[in-house]
Amino acid sequence: MTDTALAAMPALAESPPALTTTASLTQKTRRRRALAYIQAAPMALVFLLFFVVPLGLTVIVSFWAYNEYEIIPAFTVQNYVDVFEGCLNTTDACTTVRTYLSTLKFCVLTWVFTLLIGFTVAYFVAFHVRSRTMQMALFLVCTIPFWTSNVIRMISWIPLLGRNGLVNDTLMGMGLIKSPIEGLLYSDFSVVLAFVHLNTVFMIVPIFNSMARIDRALIEAAYDAGASGWQTLWNVVVPLAKPGIAIGSIFVVTLVMGDFVTVGVMGGQQIASVGKVIQVQMSALQLPAAAANAVVLLGAVMLMIVAMTRLIDLRKEL
Amino acid sequence: MTTTIKLSRRTLLRGAGATGLALGAGPITGFPNVIAAEPVTLRYLGTAVNQSGDIARKVKEDLGITIEYIPVVTDEVTKRVVTQPNSFDLLDTEFFSLRKLIPSGNIQGMDARRIKQADNITPVFTKGEVGGRKIGDQGTAPKKVFYLEGQNSKNFATSATEWITLIPTTYNADTLGIRPDLIKRPITSWKELLNPEFKGKASILNIPSIGIMDAAMVIEATGDYTYPDKGNMTKAEIDRTIKLLIEAKRAGQFRAFWQDFNESVNLMASGETVIQSMWSPAVTKVRSQGVACTYQPLKEGYRAWATGFGLPKTLTGRKLDAAYDFINWFLSGWAGAYLNRQGYYSAVLETAKTHMEPYEWAYWMEGKPAEKDIKGPDGSVLEKAGASRDGGSFETRMGGVACWNAVMDENTYMVRKWNEFIAA
Repeated sequence: MTDTALAAMPALAESPPALTTTASLTQKTRRRRALAYIQAAPMALVFLLFFVVPLGLTVIVSFWAYNEYEIIPAFTVQNYVDVFEGCLNTTDACTTVRTYLSTLKFCVLTWVFTLLIGFTVAYFVAFHVRSRTMQMALFLVCTIPFWTSNVIRMISWIPLLGRNGLVNDTLMGMGLIKSPIEGLLYSDFSVVLAFVHLNTVFMIVPIFNSMARIDRALIEAAYDAGASGWQTLWNVVVPLAKPGIAIGSIFVVTLVMGDFVTVGVMGGQQIASVGKVIQVQMSALQLPAAAANAVVLLGAVMLMIVAMTRLIDLRKEL
Repeated sequence: MTTTIKLSRRTLLRGAGATGLALGAGPITGFPNVIAAEPVTLRYLGTAVNQSGDIARKVKEDLGITIEYIPVVTDEVTKRVVTQPNSFDLLDTEFFSLRKLIPSGNIQGMDARRIKQADNITPVFTKGEVGGRKIGDQGTAPKKVFYLEGQNSKNFATSATEWITLIPTTYNADTLGIRPDLIKRPITSWKELLNPEFKGKASILNIPSIGIMDAAMVIEATGDYTYPDKGNMTKAEIDRTIKLLIEAKRAGQFRAFWQDFNESVNLMASGETVIQSMWSPAVTKVRSQGVACTYQPLKEGYRAWATGFGLPKTLTGRKLDAAYDFINWFLSGWAGAYLNRQGYYSAVLETAKTHMEPYEWAYWMEGKPAEKDIKGPDGSVLEKAGASRDGGSFETRMGGVACWNAVMDENTYMVRKWNEFIAA
């Protein structure tokens, strides 16, 4: 307070010269700091308004009580007790554990497939396509599916995979199968298929970006040192593409964890997802229960992301 | 203050209009007061199935009232009423939602004296009767929630009062839809829904409060258990019902669950399912695609539902008058006939009858074979001459109601158990 007061009073001619310099110095750094804060302020404000406040409210509401038509300010852990109802029973997994295991399974499967496909596509575009224009053109081709809506891309699988769908009809027409394969649609298979289809681009983009930055001389050096193709890939390309892989993985994992539309449509509403549980509770006006579930989901996703960033220090790599 | 001025101005206008009429000449004529004033717009909150552009056009023509539809799903209607009671002027929702809406205090009782046809509303609502015979009243039967103790009361009245909660718009008796061409044998009981013969080819709807009642119909049909009230189960009864559903699901009985109208149509039309809970217009839509589909009457009866108009508590003045005008217009016949032609039933049957051709009335309401081709409101042929309606006449269908869509006392527990079923 006094410092500011002093600094704000340059008219104090009597002050010793030394003091004036320090004062003006601190004044400079202060001003610079203040400027930095002002520059960061709009983003911080947006974050505060649209992220911190709603999140805070969600957490608060998750401890409230509710009935059929109102939420009642109170402090109760009942909503959390309900979320984990029956989870101490070891013979049969409870709803929440089952739901998370199912979601986790989709996460892992989707992650593996999108990573394999995404890495391969990015590798091809980055290293096998020589001309820069061709690279950009092919890269843009990858994003074309994004011109239509998520839901449409998902739903268009249904006529293909159905019991009397194109795939079953073709296979039966060729005489390869006698009766239609039921598991093509409304099954784990169709859910994973849709997830991979929808989310691979989120892998391709960051991985391609990382690969494009790899110095070609490193690869030549690896070849010159006698490394085989696989060795170069594993020891040079993969480590350098790590940040891209990590970012892509975070995208894919968070998208799959929070999804309920894809699981709903492709799973025939028969497969549980955390998002679906929350949606059902919201539509029954059980908002505090939904909030509690949302907080648990947030915690789970954050744990996964922390685990991922433990493996790769993103800031350092970028 | 403003209201008083407006009111007195309107009274003045009304008086002037009456004078004009009485004189039979002069610059002022006897328009309804709504037209005399500036045009009124009513924001109509409800589900998309009830919100037809034809009705909005016709009411604009007849009364000059502009209807602005806010189409959302049933649960969303409830959410809007409870959380944003000022975001609409007219409400169209299901009677079972009233058990959530009335305690919230956001709905006002409707003055029966201002509803011209109030006394002619079918006794299905007022007394729970069809043709003088009592019908099933398990669940949230409309007669249980039809009257309020006072205009702003939060309690339902047990006998008739002058305060009505919802003025019925449409109602119907739901049953299972089947594909007769793929099943190839008669279906007569709800228990067929979980018959292993249809493994991987059955479906129920993924709306907990309705889905569980269909399951209860199945359990009763198997003779396993008889519920005192399927629409208001105890925790133990919910457990029992969900257990059966989980067993069926794990055994692969269900192909999928459906959540909206179009999903149910697609499942049935594509042959993914051959038996499922369904809504009447969805069956009509499957049929209009040239696919055989029957809305199969079953011996255990129907699960009925009903929707109606309600007024938000905040509605006053000209908008309130316009809302009453609109509701009176709705009950006066044109809209009723329009709904009856889609396979729904309307609140005041007498007025609807005057707006329907005798052969239409005979087909839709009396269950007689069609004398001529039956056309929908858009002019497309729904049924060829000679066909008769699934389930027969109004009296047979509504008379066969076993239970009504409901909100249970243990709703919270039920929703949690339903999530367990989906996760199983």
